[in-house]
Amino acid sequence: MAKAQPVEMQAHAIDNLRYIRRTIERAGSFTAVPGTGGAVMGSIALLAAWSAGSETGWRWLSVWMAAAVGAVLVGVASAALKSRRAGLALLSGPGRKFVAGFAPAMLAGGLLTAVLFRVGEAALLPGVWMLLYGTGVVSGGSASVRVVPLMGACFMAAGALALLFPGLDANTMLAAAFGGLHIAFGFVIAVKYGG
Amino acid sequence: MAAKSNAARRETVRNAEAASPAGAKKLDRLVHERLRLGILSALSVNQTLTFNDLKRLLETTDGNLSVHARKLEEAGYIACTKTFEGRMPRTEYKLTAAGRKALDRYLDHMEALIQAMRSSW
Repeated sequence: MAKAQPVEMQAHAIDNLRYIRRTIERAGSFTAVPGTGGAVMGSIALLAAWSAGSETGWRWLSVWMAAAVGAVLVGVASAALKSRRAGLALLSGPGRKFVAGFAPAMLAGGLLTAVLFRVGEAALLPGVWMLLYGTGVVSGGSASVRVVPLMGACFMAAGALALLFPGLDANTMLAAAFGGLHIAFGFVIAVKYGG
Repeated sequence: MAAKSNAARRETVRNAEAASPAGAKKLDRLVHERLRLGILSALSVNQTLTFNDLKRLLETTDGNLSVHARKLEEAGYIACTKTFEGRMPRTEYKLTAAGRKALDRYLDHMEALIQAMRSSW
């Protein structure tokens, strides 16, 4: 009976530490999405829109693909930095949830990009990119603070606009969405949710 | 060498104290309660969280959260700011330096307790 108390105390301590860890991991969903990184990603998109303005066909696609790769690298690096500052692994609970929700839409986007470009329907690409990126952010950010899925919904709306009104300038739409939305929401996330 | 063994001895004594009934009594009861521990943990990785963020994160009720948040606020462990967003009231919480220290102390205590139990086996 006397020995049972210390064992119970230890079990309780372990249980409490697990609870703290779980709470921090879940609360990490509030911090995993990088605001400053998002603003940098937006700046890359603005630069790409400016560079792609005079390009067509394969060169136009290359500019945006290079921008996408650059933005992904910035996004991953800033998310990793933010997680490390919070003392969490990048792919701990919230990070893993975000990737699981975000990746399928990105894979679909990659496949559709190749197919649509090959059949000469590149004009549809901006709308498809914005729509699928938004879908990924809404899905991946569903467990995060409200501002993240809200940003995704704005991307989806921009994508829908681009697909429904094909007359809109592709680079302007991409600059407004991938540039403007990333910078605006990135600023909000950085200020309210710490970096 | 001697300094090292002294440090190890001090650590053992600290762990044993933490595991003793007297040490258990020294536990910060305010932090020890589950929901309050959750509030402090969540705020430790966020600059601020709103009442609704905490409620969603800790899966609790308005009444429960506000009672426990008030206790932490009264102890000076968290700071609360009330503002209006349009016509909607908005309550935001932030961990204070005293709150962070209390959480760190609590974590140290828990770790020491586990260490003490392991070394006694």
